[in-house]
Formats: sequence, C-alpha cells, structure tokens
Amino acid sequence: MSVRSEVALSTGEYHAFEAAGRQFLYMVPSAAVFGLDETSAAVLEHLGGQSMAASELVDQLADRFAPEAVYHSVNELMQVRAVGEADAPPQPLAKQMPPTPFPLTTLVLNVTNQCNLSCGYCYEYSDDKIVDTENGSQPKFMSEETAQQSVDFMMGESAEIETVHLTFFGGETLMNFPVLQKTVDYARDRAAQLGKGIEFSLTTNATLLRPDIIEWLADNEIGVTVSIDGPKEMQDQLRIFKGGGGTYDIVVPKVRELLKRHTTRPIGARVTLTKNVLDVKKIYDHLRHDIGFTEVGFAPVTTSWGRDWAIGDDGFDKMIRGFNVLAEEFLEAALENRHHGFSNVKDTIEEIHKGISKAYPCGAGLGLLGVATGGDVGLCHRFAGSDDHKLGTVADGIDHRYQVEFLETHHVDDKTDCQKCWARPLCAGGCYHEAHTRYGTTRGPNLHYCDWIRAWTDTCLRVYGEIAEHNPGYLTIFEGRDQ
Amino acid sequence: MKHLKPVNQKAGRIEQHLARDVVALSDPQSGQATPQQPDEPHIPLGCSLVFQPGWEVDSSGGTAGLCSPVERDLFDCYLGCFWPAQVPDQLNYTPDWTKTCAAAQKDWRKIDLIFP
Repeated sequence: MSVRSEVALSTGEYHAFEAAGRQFLYMVPSAAVFGLDETSAAVLEHLGGQSMAASELVDQLADRFAPEAVYHSVNELMQVRAVGEADAPPQPLAKQMPPTPFPLTTLVLNVTNQCNLSCGYCYEYSDDKIVDTENGSQPKFMSEETAQQSVDFMMGESAEIETVHLTFFGGETLMNFPVLQKTVDYARDRAAQLGKGIEFSLTTNATLLRPDIIEWLADNEIGVTVSIDGPKEMQDQLRIFKGGGGTYDIVVPKVRELLKRHTTRPIGARVTLTKNVLDVKKIYDHLRHDIGFTEVGFAPVTTSWGRDWAIGDDGFDKMIRGFNVLAEEFLEAALENRHHGFSNVKDTIEEIHKGISKAYPCGAGLGLLGVATGGDVGLCHRFAGSDDHKLGTVADGIDHRYQVEFLETHHVDDKTDCQKCWARPLCAGGCYHEAHTRYGTTRGPNLHYCDWIRAWTDTCLRVYGEIAEHNPGYLTIFEGRDQ
Repeated sequence: MKHLKPVNQKAGRIEQHLARDVVALSDPQSGQATPQQPDEPHIPLGCSLVFQPGWEVDSSGGTAGLCSPVERDLFDCYLGCFWPAQVPDQLNYTPDWTKTCAAAQKDWRKIDLIFP
C-alpha cells in the first residue's frame, strides 16, 4: 500500500482511548488494539472528522515531524485501516457465518423449574416469564432418563470437542439433588468411554445446601455459582421466601460452610442489580471480603419497562460509577499481580486481550444450548421450555436448519443500529432474552443498554491499556485459554 | 511497524500478516526489503472473470474493427489463464508451444496442434 499525497484521506472506524499517557486505538470490527506514537497520534488528531490530503497533513505538521515520518505513519495507519481514502467506495466485509453444524461445548440442564424462593424479579416466574412453568407442558422436575438422554445428546453434538461442560440450572437446582448426583456419575462414565474431558457447574440460591451436599460438590469438583444480592438489607429486598421472609440469615451460614469445605473450584457470587440494589462497591466488598467469594459478577435485572425493580437512567449512571470504582481496584491489583474478584472486568479484559470480535453476543444456539425439564432443547437455559424458541428435543435431536436460520437472522451484521457502534465487537447487541423481554423479539439489539455498554467498554479498554503498558506479563494468564 | 505498537493478540496477528506481505517483496538473496513498490494493478486470472468486448465480431458484424486483434484468441487461454486440465498448458506440458510464433499476426500458422 502506498500513500498518494494529493488524495483526500479520512479516518476509519475505531475508538480512540488514552491510558498510561499513551493514545490507543480499538479497531472496529477487527478488535485489534494498537498503541500510537506521537506522529500517528498527531496525524489522527489533525485528520479528525474531516478529509485532508497527506500533503496537507505534512504541511500542517511540518514544525513537529519530518515529511517522511508523516508519510510513513499515514501508510501504517492505512494498512490497519485507521485511515482510508475519503472517496474510496465502502468495502463492506462479507458476512461471516460460523461453520455448521457447530459443535456443542456447553449444555445447560434445567433440572427443575420449581423454586423455594419467590424473588420478585425472577424471569422464570415473574410477569415477564416466557416459559409456562406452572401450567405448561414441561414437568416440574427433570427425570433421570431425560437427564441421561441430555448427556448422550451433548456427547453426540459435541463432535470433536475434547472437553465438554455440563451446567445445572433451575428453578432451584438443589431441589432435584438426586437427579444431579446420578447425572454427574452417568456423564462422567460416558465422557470416559468417549475419551472426552467433562466439567460440571451449577447455580443455586444456597438455601438448600447441607453438609452432605457440600461434600458431594467438593468431591465432584462442581463449579458453584451462588445467586446472592449482597448485604442483608439488599438481599432481603427481593430474594425472599414464598412467605415473604428474607433469605440472608439462612443463606450466609451455609455459604460460609460451602466456601470452607469446597476449595476444588472457585466459588462465585452472581448479583442481580435492581432499582434499589445498586451499591456495587458495597455489595462487592461484602461478598468478596466479609463472606469470601472468589469472584463476584454483576448483571442488571432482566425486565420489561416499568416494573418496580427496573433500573432507570439515573440508576445506570450509579451502576457504572460503582463499576468504575471496582475497575480501578482491579487495575491496582493487576499491576501487582494480585487476584481481584470483580469478574465483569476480568472477563472483558480477556476478550480485549484476545481481540475477540463477535458475530453473536453469546454462545446461545451456537456452542451452548439449554434443556427444559421435559427434554425440549432451547437456545439457552432462559429459553428452554418456550415453545416459540424450541430447536428440538434431546431424544430426537435438534433441527439444524432452524439453528442455521436463527444464526443467519441474528448476526450482528443484520443489526442496523450496531453498525454505527464501535463497541459491537464485544457487545454484538447483547442478550437475546433481554431483548425479547424488552422488545418482544430476539433479533434486535438492547438499545436501552447502549450508552452503558460503551461507557463500560471504554473503562475496560483503559484498564487494559494501563496493564499492557505497566505490567504486560499479567496478561499472559489469558493466553492459551479456550474461549 | 514503527509508528503503531500492536498491543493485543489480534493486533499482533495483523502485524504478522502485514510483515508477510513485506517479506514477499524482499530480495531473497539479501533478505532485505526492497523499497516499497506501488500496488500492482489487479488483473483477475481466468477468462470467465475478464469481460473484454470485441473479440468475436465488431459492430458491423465483421472482424475488421475488433477492439483486440483476433489473434489474441489463440493466446488468451494459453498465457492469461491456467488450470490443470487445460490444453495447451504453458506451465507444465507445452511451455514451448508459441516458440516459433514471434509475432502472432504474422506467424500464427506456425503454431501446431497439441495432443495430450
């Protein structure tokens, strides 16, 4: 590539950010991160939002940089597409579809759709539910036979994948503990027969933990995520028993036992943020330091407009402020090679470091599927059991044509709003279930999150830039890991 | 790259990709990169990709006003295009096919038939 000195140039698609006193570019859609030297930073600054010939740039920067340096810098910026010829016709990239059939890496079993709690915001039971858990066709508990069929289905669909992940979900998973135990034994045997590795995890509200269950979780190296919303005054607002009583006093002693005994896998807390439960820093400190979770992850509640617990615009501002405080803490820890348990930032930093550019927001319908209690296969655990989102059954297999159609119609290239957004390599429009709950369709992006996603991605990029400049060795922990 | 520093793994792969292009242009003897050349014009290979009107008949139905000399038909598959089943094949089997044909308009009768 060569620079034609009189041809008008303009900037390409990227997000510029500053960290550690250096300018960086986050390229879109490649998701590459480049650091700029003074010359290239000056070139981009002068080019700004206008178009200008390279010779004009040379003239304007003549007092600071030699002409060859400017030309060379423009050439490099053109090579990585941060700069292009202003009048060149757009060259849209061809929509890249994943290979099909795409191998399955994770299967989520909804072992029950019943729960002993009555959390107001729960997407499975609240007014926003999409699966008829009370009067529908799905049984309340998954049978041992269906669970085993699910394991066989997973092994078949995983093709050449060496290590598969089986995740148990609910409802409250521990309400079907007998089936959990038998399924883990069965899956381990099947994996051994097929020469595959297998990993297990589950999500629980922790109310039903008992010493023997904790023993079993530890012995079987089951990864455990506890749904918990923070200190007593926050946890007891919406995470309540059916009688209305708070769960904090029941849950916390059991969690402490779990953390003491179960050390074979990191135990994480998963917090649902709602209108009045938004003090991210206080929640984190309580769960990480007072109780001792290894990691704490946050997600705003999935809800339609106007629910009592829905987070308003000012709530999102508060949330992002809290996230930024924790991101700063994470940075301080990373620079000293210490562990920090704020999993939201860690997950994003890993994706930034690898340069992941997503066609889809998550693995749902791709490498991940969910199974309802009766054996219906859905896009993920949130859709499992919904007749409108059914891909097939574990007994009869799934309709790969439906899967391909889903992937073709949910590609980020087809989300018009996303095409103008620099954060799309990481976001790709966000959760299908969230979009369905808000807008009634899985196809569109979650427009109510856009500003928040961009602010948060910018924070993560700046944290990444600081680490890359001051302690690049830390980033090697993300290298070579499967995504 | 001198002015840009690849920071993440994707940027590293892009830099490698660009470096390969430079190696392809370098002198194999010295290993030194040659001075940067302007991009060559892009010529698609394969006759089905080339639209060149005026080979067969001109606007009056004759051959006097063709855009390309009619003799070009003789050579176009031979020189401009290659695929393994093609005959004649200038890369492997019949590299000397046009040796006796210095000027196509004059010498085209000297080109012989090819029998695979």
